[in-house]
Amino acid sequence: MQGDTPLTQNTHRSERPAFNKEVFDLQITLCSEGSRLTAFLSGELDQFSAERARDELDAALSDGRITRIEFDLGGVTFMDSSGIGVILGRYRRMMERGGSMSVMNAKGGVERLLRLSGVYTLCTERSSK
Amino acid sequence: MKNTLRTSFLSISRNEALARGIAAQFVMLSDPTVEELSDIRTAVSEAVTNAIVHGYGYSQGEVKLDLEAEEGLITVVVEDFGRGIEDVELARRPFFTSAPESERAGLGFAVMEAFMDSVEIISSPGKGTRIIMKKRLSPNA
Repeated sequence: MQGDTPLTQNTHRSERPAFNKEVFDLQITLCSEGSRLTAFLSGELDQFSAERARDELDAALSDGRITRIEFDLGGVTFMDSSGIGVILGRYRRMMERGGSMSVMNAKGGVERLLRLSGVYTLCTERSSK
Repeated sequence: MKNTLRTSFLSISRNEALARGIAAQFVMLSDPTVEELSDIRTAVSEAVTNAIVHGYGYSQGEVKLDLEAEEGLITVVVEDFGRGIEDVELARRPFFTSAPESERAGLGFAVMEAFMDSVEIISSPGKGTRIIMKKRLSPNA
């Protein structure tokens, strides 16, 4: 149909170069179970993505029954102090309702940033699974 | 061997990732450790965020990112031509923020200082801010 031109060539022309969304864009998955909200974050958390993180987390926290927030940062590949702002802001909301927070699974630079900012000192361990 | 890279971009948040990506690619040529590379990316992100959020207050302006590598010493210069900082010593203080309403942690300069060997801030109110950061990479034995 295409003569000498292989069909795949046309397909390639309309293909987008691989901007790896899973590595660069922030992905947020929220799971609530009773009074506990777990936020699984992956990708990059900076000032650009912090606004969406804040909006999505606050929408979930509008359920006043939630008194514990758990951040699972296992998939976060980059975070700067804008991410610390997001975590501290949600911590304040939990404190306002007498709740608690934990931050888990951070690696590398994210882990060092959390230590530096003192976020871990605000966390309480999960008493039961 | 000395190497330099000079870039300039608009102060939009999306460019934070671009700026730290450019810096990372440049630093990679000097064979850093994973930790050193991560430190520099984070410091660049903080400095560029400072230019966008504080320098220009989310309005549009030019941000310059100049990189230099010489004998394992990395120098990063981030410059904006925005409102400048009234009190640099106060801005350096951890948890101080001029924008508490937008939920800033006030840790930008503290993070730059923790992750780089030196951070110099030159600012004139109404003219802009220039942040000069240096980090020496450990030699690859």
